Amino acid sequence: MTRIFVDKKPYEINPKQNLLEACLGQGLDLPYFCWHPALGSVGACRQCAVKIYRDEKDTRGRIMMACMTVPTPDMIVSIDDPEVRDFRAGIIEGLMMSHPHDCPVCDEGGQCHLQDMTVMTGHNYRHYEFEKRTFRNQYLGPLLNHEMNRCIQCYRCTRFYNEYAGGEDFGPQKLRNLVYFGRAEDGILENEFSGNLDEVCPTGVFTDKTAKQHYTRKWDLTFAPSVCPHCAVGCNISPAERYGTLRRVVNRYNSEINGYFLCDRGRFGYEHVNGKDRIRAPRAGQNAKPVEITRAEALDRFSSLAAEGKMIGIGSPRASLEANFALRSLVGAENFYAGIADAEYALLGEMLAIQRQGPAPATLRQLEHADAAFVLGEDVTNVAPRMALTLRQTVRQVFLEKIEKMGVPRWQDSAVRELAQNDHGPLFIASTYATRLDDVATGTYRAAPDDLARLGFAVAHILDASSPDVPGLPAEVRAQAERIALVLQAAARPAVVSGVSTGNAAVIRAAADVARALAKAAKPVSFLLTMEEANTLGLAILAPKPLGQAFEAAKAGNAQTVVILENDLYRRAPAATVDALLAAGHVVVLDSLETRTTEKAELVLPATPFSESDGTLVSSEGRAQRFFSVYPPVGDVQDAWRWLRDVLGLLTRPEGLSWKNLDDVVEAVARAVPALERIRDAAPGSKFRIAGAKIPRAPHRFSGRTSMLANIQVSEPKPPEDPDSPLSFTMEGAPVEPPAALQPFFWTGGWNSIQALNKFQEEIAGPLRGGDPGVLLIEPATGSAPGYLNTVPAAFAPRPGEWLVVPRHHIFGSEELSARAPAIAELSPKPYVALGAEDAAALGAAEGSPVEVKLDGATARLPLRIEAGLPRGVAALPAGLGPLDGITLPIWGRIEVTR
Amino acid sequence: MLTPEEQREIEVEAAHYPVRRAACIDALRVVQKHRGWVSDDAVRDIAEFLETSPEDIDSVATFYNLIFRKPVGRHVIMICDSVSCWVMGYDKMRDHLKSRLGVEMGQTTADGRFTLLPVVCLGACDKAPTMIVDGQLHANLDPPKIDAILERYK
Amino acid sequence: METPLTAKIRPDGEMIDLAAYERAGGYQSARKAMQMAPAEIIDTVKKSGLRGRGGAGFPTGMKWSFVPSGPDAPRPKYLVANGDEMEPGTFKDRVLLEGDPHELVEGMIIAARAIGADRGYVFLRGEYTDAGERIERALHEANEKGYLGKNIFGSGADFDLRLHMSGGRYMCGEETGLLNALEGKRANPRAKPPFPQVSGLFGKPTIVQNIETLCNLPHIVEKGPEWFQKLSLTGDAGTKLYGASGKVKKPGCWELPMGTPMREVIEKYAGGMQDGVKFRAALPGGASTDFLTTDHLDVPMDFTEIAKVGSRLGTATMIVLDDKTCPVGMVYNLEHFFAQESCGWCTPCWSGLHWAEEMLAAIEAGQGSMEHLARLEHICKMVAPGNTFCALAPGAAEPLQSALKYFREDFERHIREKRCPWRDGR
Ligand SMILES: Cc1cc2nc3c(=O)[nH]c(=O)nc-3n(C[C@H](O)[C@H](O)[C@H](O)COP(=O)(O)O)c2cc1C
Ligand code: SF4
Ligand code: FES
Repeated sequence: MTRIFVDKKPYEINPKQNLLEACLGQGLDLPYFCWHPALGSVGACRQCAVKIYRDEKDTRGRIMMACMTVPTPDMIVSIDDPEVRDFRAGIIEGLMMSHPHDCPVCDEGGQCHLQDMTVMTGHNYRHYEFEKRTFRNQYLGPLLNHEMNRCIQCYRCTRFYNEYAGGEDFGPQKLRNLVYFGRAEDGILENEFSGNLDEVCPTGVFTDKTAKQHYTRKWDLTFAPSVCPHCAVGCNISPAERYGTLRRVVNRYNSEINGYFLCDRGRFGYEHVNGKDRIRAPRAGQNAKPVEITRAEALDRFSSLAAEGKMIGIGSPRASLEANFALRSLVGAENFYAGIADAEYALLGEMLAIQRQGPAPATLRQLEHADAAFVLGEDVTNVAPRMALTLRQTVRQVFLEKIEKMGVPRWQDSAVRELAQNDHGPLFIASTYATRLDDVATGTYRAAPDDLARLGFAVAHILDASSPDVPGLPAEVRAQAERIALVLQAAARPAVVSGVSTGNAAVIRAAADVARALAKAAKPVSFLLTMEEANTLGLAILAPKPLGQAFEAAKAGNAQTVVILENDLYRRAPAATVDALLAAGHVVVLDSLETRTTEKAELVLPATPFSESDGTLVSSEGRAQRFFSVYPPVGDVQDAWRWLRDVLGLLTRPEGLSWKNLDDVVEAVARAVPALERIRDAAPGSKFRIAGAKIPRAPHRFSGRTSMLANIQVSEPKPPEDPDSPLSFTMEGAPVEPPAALQPFFWTGGWNSIQALNKFQEEIAGPLRGGDPGVLLIEPATGSAPGYLNTVPAAFAPRPGEWLVVPRHHIFGSEELSARAPAIAELSPKPYVALGAEDAAALGAAEGSPVEVKLDGATARLPLRIEAGLPRGVAALPAGLGPLDGITLPIWGRIEVTR
Repeated sequence: MLTPEEQREIEVEAAHYPVRRAACIDALRVVQKHRGWVSDDAVRDIAEFLETSPEDIDSVATFYNLIFRKPVGRHVIMICDSVSCWVMGYDKMRDHLKSRLGVEMGQTTADGRFTLLPVVCLGACDKAPTMIVDGQLHANLDPPKIDAILERYK
Repeated sequence: METPLTAKIRPDGEMIDLAAYERAGGYQSARKAMQMAPAEIIDTVKKSGLRGRGGAGFPTGMKWSFVPSGPDAPRPKYLVANGDEMEPGTFKDRVLLEGDPHELVEGMIIAARAIGADRGYVFLRGEYTDAGERIERALHEANEKGYLGKNIFGSGADFDLRLHMSGGRYMCGEETGLLNALEGKRANPRAKPPFPQVSGLFGKPTIVQNIETLCNLPHIVEKGPEWFQKLSLTGDAGTKLYGASGKVKKPGCWELPMGTPMREVIEKYAGGMQDGVKFRAALPGGASTDFLTTDHLDVPMDFTEIAKVGSRLGTATMIVLDDKTCPVGMVYNLEHFFAQESCGWCTPCWSGLHWAEEMLAAIEAGQGSMEHLARLEHICKMVAPGNTFCALAPGAAEPLQSALKYFREDFERHIREKRCPWRDGR
């Protein structure tokens, strides 16, 4: 810590931060634009000017940019000096020269950093009387709106999009006061993180186009602390509601996970909640003539089915721990089945076991600070998107360290990039097909999954000879393995990433062996395994029985009633298998969206989507995080656990009476499953209060509080109550900062934009005050180091006339819920089958030509897509997309040219 | 498509730098030398040739004033509008050119013969006013001299 | 009077080729330098007192000493000759580039030896096509002879030297903007630190030096620092290329002892003012320097003395303002240039200069107000050194702020009379 004086007051600050960060971190107000906590300093906007004085005798001082200044001991700084205030006012006046002042019609209004800074600086009158420059806006796709006239040339967009996120189809054009930020021509922004431009841009140039469809000002939105339901990374989000519909999702900072950024799936997937596919009422009877029934009738039917005969339950990796546990309680642990394909479940079990033995999973923050990374078999961008953005920063670590050694601080962003040029720190990617991270990889290796595993085992063996050797490895692969091993060995903080992409256990074991070999060499290794869905790991910890056994049970007549929780089984198993299960007995489905499975149900119970429910999810990192409803469900829609609790009640089971609210279910889970004991601490319980008051979900400026429903009923309705959380659904409540896990949104006096976040962190870009939300369930193993897994597979052997069909994941389309959001659906690929160029040529098929794919007894006609890098003998189908989506991949199949 | 000639010339330039993309400005100059200007298609082709994106190339192309992103006439007249030439009568020379060619600054004559553009100080201030036509310097201008020069470019 | 820089230049305007250059003693200094230790060359240049001729006057030898040396130094190291010369009113480097390109090449070989550079570029203004051809020819000749390329002069050292023609922007002359341009990027400036000497072109140690600066090196190596010191009339060493343009009888560029006063340049070399006009003021060293007036005619033109009277030596190519030319129009022309050339990176520059240009246009058109004058003064303050990212905008403020000081009455007359009093008369 270093002491500095700001306007004569002493402050203890972290000298590794720049002066702007230091001031903001102390709660001082200093305006800025081009600096961004995650993007560093470039000194372009000149808005953060302060006066620095040589010593006490120096009365004139010198204007310096705080963001470019290294704080030194006893530095004398003034923010308040009239000359520097005048300078800052002049800067904002310059920035605003051509700004349209269209706040009333601008989507950014009310959450605009430019508005905040303008007010802070005191600029309130435009003296510039000449013509403003005007631009043409571009069509940028379904996610973002473009309004270039609002631009203030702070360069944040291009620094994020091109430099931070690795996007190429965007950039600055022209110069002077005419710099234009856009694409070469109109078209969809290609980068998977484009949505962050909405938050990165300090004004309304890039705004959320989906939110525009149902626009509401920030002050009129009701928020909740929530967790993204669209993959297993567990990014923290603040979804926002008005009038009972979800309006948008913004980032909720968590320094260990998502930091400042989300992926586009997470930001724009929310609209599935508002869609016509929502199930709004209980329903009985099958396809032809289903009838809407009341909650009481539904429960009645449910309980009589439950009493009738043997009942089994099928859980869900996208439902909360509480919902899954409630189902498990209803049907009994012995009748509770995993709602995922057996192969995937087996893989998951293995991953969980590996993580428990160690190395324990690392956070994204740890991964970012690794100085070398090895990705084995994983398509990170499409399976765990946010992790890919982190890996793009990982490859900068070596240059950050180098620049620091040169005496230049690491926040000096351009210096780091100039030093690095287009070089990257070591990142090796071994994968079945080309990945979106290959452009920053220092080496890639493309092979069939078993061969990827062999490479991994070879690396482990080179690192530690006591791990198994790989017999018959081709010389060039061995050389590659040696290069990788060398780099990992040389690294101070290596990282190993693998996961579910290939669906191949050997790949994961190999990755684990590499991580273990590094750990054995006393390296602080970051080991990360991706998983697919928001609660995949949570479900695995509940240890359900494999889904295949449910099919067996049904076949054996041991499932008179099948209760399916938030799951479309047609995505999990071949259609014929699922058909057989659903035909075997009564089918009860609890879900929020119509699926092929709800179509077959005899009883459909409308469950709440993530935005209307509370619960706990366990991320792939083993972090249990609580998400809270943004608004209460209407009508007979209720949380899945409540439906199950109610049935338990009708069956006079104790849970039915004792589970009054979420706290009780959390408590029950924690008691019943030792591995989940700590979920109690994921967030304070419903009784938590600040000075006796709840925490408001709506901002204190919320308007129409008493009149927003006046068109329906003139007398003000009683605000809905939330029995499950310490949050209120209104603006009433404690006006102070809640614990981070309960923070619905970031807003503070004078800081209406997302940048208000600065006021909620322990230090800039550090943890939220009081610690980031979530508790880790998988702790580093103690005791003896885990052994090696020793299962080197044989080399991949292509089969004549057959292909090993592997899944190819898509950020847009492969995940069930987000794929139902219109904007995401627009970006999803059409179903296809992919072959490598050579195989396609051998087959005599061209790009786009129709081919017949025969897998596991099913046949589909699909257009061929040529993926240059796919190894011979390997084909790929889009995961979760298309007519064969129930078939578990990888699997051997046939592909024939259609005549 | 870049012509084989263009590709060869760009390769020569690219060999001068440790990274291929650095030849971006040279590539733009090569293409412009052959085609007079740099079209959107050319931007895409250069991007592909240098293994980068069209945005990246255009970001550079639109920054520099000697790269033309719009079609120009057969001959490009760039008249110096900087201070020494201004003192020595730039306005008159410009007006003379405009009326002789029947175009405003930035325009191309109807017959596609000339494009008239301003340029900054040509480093021949001792011989002001000045202009360049197709890169060739013409100094100590006066209206009759301008007329004679225009005659030389068909 | 010795004129080492220009002595070899042919009167017929043709370039001096390698054979002729060598006959006149050329490349002897390069040969000599290859026998000297790098530290010795740096020391010689330090002692000579050579200051950069690109405008800022930074001591050359000192700049070199920041370059990492020794076996662990990053490689390659780069040497770049800054031949951008886009400063309005400046035409001195062109004289050297066209007249004696081998002098530049030889200077670069010496500098490369001193800093251990293995690669070099001549960064040339795109419009200097003649100079470009001549440099290409000189490079070719020197390569043929083994003075460039591998194992130069049999020393074991390599020096690969290339020509880069600019895409055209004033910012390319700013040394870090130049580095970005050479990397094929937008010529935005770079933050310092790290200085280019440590992390420059392609992230490697780099020295950027003005053409005239480099052309001095063969002579310093040949004749020694004391000789160089003595060439000058004042404390700043060497000769200097001085220029004059505007309404003088014989505009031109002359190599004169450093410290020659403005009056001497104008009256003796430029032949005095044209008939019918009187000297009113001059920008002493290109567009980005403060006006000096009749009061300053006898100030010695060197870095130190000109700074004392509130301007800068800059490029030492003066632009003369006469009494029949509208100073407001001249300043408008200058600020149009600067606004147009702003790279668009930092706010005070891209917004302030644009605004200043608009106001000057209004004043010149008779639509100005007194508030405009106050605002122009404010903009000059906004773009003061340190407030902007690079020196372009502070440079733009120099003629403007001094014009507001010296020609206040002319500005006010435009505003009062709602017209330019010179318009019809000029
Ligand atoms: C906007 C701007 C333009 C410049 N243009 C040139 C130029 O054309 N030629 C030049 O030698 N220096 C120019 N400079 C100065 C260079 O930044 C740099 O100081 C110089 O090349 C260093 O060489 P020297 O030490 O030999 O003078 C310019 C500076 C600025 C701020
Ligand atoms: S002063 Fe600023 S905008 Fe102007 S040229 Fe320099 S960096 Fe660019
Ligand atoms: S925030 Fe410091 S200069 Fe932009």
